[in-house]
Amino acid sequence: MRANSVGWLLLTPTLPILFVFGVIPFLYVLVIGFMNWNSFAANPDMQFAWAENFRRLVFDDQFLYSLWLTLKFAFFAVLSEIVLGYFLAQLFMKDFPGKGFFRTIHTLPLVIAPIAVGATWRLLTVPGLGPLPYYLNRWLGYEFNISRYIDQAFFTTVVMDVWHWTPLVTLTLLAALSSLPKEPFEQAQIDGANRFQIFWHITLPLLKPAILATVFIRMMDALRTVDEVWMLTGGGPGAATRYIGLHIWRVVFPKTDYGYGSAMSLITLYLTIVMCWMLYAGLVARRDLKRAE
Amino acid sequence: MMRRFRKRASASLGSILFWTLSSLITLLPIYWMFAVSAKSRVQLFGSPSFVISSFFTENYTSTLADSAFQRYMFNSVVVATANALLVTTLALLATYALSRYKLPGKENLFFWTITNRMAPPAVFLLPLFLLYTQVFVVADVKLFDTKIGLILLYCVFNLPFAIWTLRGVIDGIPKELDEAAFVDGANTWQVLTKVILPLAKPGLAVTGILTWVFAWNEYLFAATLTSVHARTITTGLAEFVTVTGTNWGRMAATAMLTLVPALLVLGLAQRHIVAGLTFGAVKE
Repeated sequence: MRANSVGWLLLTPTLPILFVFGVIPFLYVLVIGFMNWNSFAANPDMQFAWAENFRRLVFDDQFLYSLWLTLKFAFFAVLSEIVLGYFLAQLFMKDFPGKGFFRTIHTLPLVIAPIAVGATWRLLTVPGLGPLPYYLNRWLGYEFNISRYIDQAFFTTVVMDVWHWTPLVTLTLLAALSSLPKEPFEQAQIDGANRFQIFWHITLPLLKPAILATVFIRMMDALRTVDEVWMLTGGGPGAATRYIGLHIWRVVFPKTDYGYGSAMSLITLYLTIVMCWMLYAGLVARRDLKRAE
Repeated sequence: MMRRFRKRASASLGSILFWTLSSLITLLPIYWMFAVSAKSRVQLFGSPSFVISSFFTENYTSTLADSAFQRYMFNSVVVATANALLVTTLALLATYALSRYKLPGKENLFFWTITNRMAPPAVFLLPLFLLYTQVFVVADVKLFDTKIGLILLYCVFNLPFAIWTLRGVIDGIPKELDEAAFVDGANTWQVLTKVILPLAKPGLAVTGILTWVFAWNEYLFAATLTSVHARTITTGLAEFVTVTGTNWGRMAATAMLTLVPALLVLGLAQRHIVAGLTFGAVKE
């Protein structure tokens, strides 16, 4: 076919940028991960420490707790977004007056900066100012205080993430749904399949690549959430919403434990890549299967 | 006939009711932010009320008159726009190469590009800070606190996203079209601009807009890698939260103002947004 050199030429501007601003910092983190380096320590200089940082990680309850919290957060947030997003996308498949208008409103949270989303939800939930604690207490007698109750804080971060990112899922699934072929559905109706059977045996398999791709992009971003949670709860109460991004930030900046923080982010990055690679392998396997047919 | 019409009308009514309710849920936090921005300190505390009895304009007038706010806003517009243009152009070229050429290891390369987006941003702050202040220095010129530094850096998370989104779009354009153009004697550049570009327009528009939004919204890197000259509006927003207390009204007003450009961009995108967002998964 055409010369591969042209292909590489087209990739030329992209790869150096990713190399300089992505790979070099990564390599740097990789090196620091094996060093003892803490500006507040007795000896603030860098020293080679073998795999000491990684050994510490395995026994670090705070790190493991934060990792577990992050996974819990990503799981609940992404699952709710996919279910809700699918449901809303199906509703957008129907024609009704004002559809474009409602779709625009539904897309609105997507363009708000995470830091502003955090600020918005903080304004809603901060005791003494926000309407949520006030009215929940007044109408239902329910004490809502996310700076005090662990479960409420966790739940609020999930709800905030769902509010912010469900529109993205709705839009991607809507794009996928509108490009599905019509014949299998018509055939199934002729054969007398009920709605659940159509969903389970036709819609879901056909949508699987789109759903996987959406889960992929959402999970990746949920695992590295920082701004909005930092603005909403600051990681608290205690460490109840200190997700891994915030935890690493705390270790690296206020505590200046650079070596340990680097080791921590290497492990986190590794886990994220493994999880996403599994999803991606699922996607590619499907694609290749289809091509073979 | 009549019955069918009625059935359809009631279904529409159901949809409209449902979406009205759903829109209220979507809008409630935004409306509350607006309400806070339109109230004075005295009006804010006490019982929270959704009613804006008298519009307190000072939060807006003092924000708009603030020279720091104006500079932040200008910086954000420049950084986001330049980054979106750069990313979309580079991603189009890269995606075309990944889609059409039999490059060895290209699936791995494709996946590798996206791993650049997975890293927890917090820890890359440190190496980037050192690179920007000490390594990428020519004579007196540093990347630290420059707009160009942010524009280039944002490529790290925006390029992977753009390549990932465009992959489906480019794969969806039949190869036969470019083959035909090549047979007619076109070169790669002409194929890209005359065949691919027009067909990929909706996808490119969405990619450009979303990368713009991501760049506009970025906070952590901007907060660390700038100090005075290149600070963006998101860092300005965070500056309202201080140890001594938060000026909620000013913060809400600033947040509302940062929404305006994003809304304009969203309005432009509405037409294309569904057609473009296929994430490489649908058209095969």
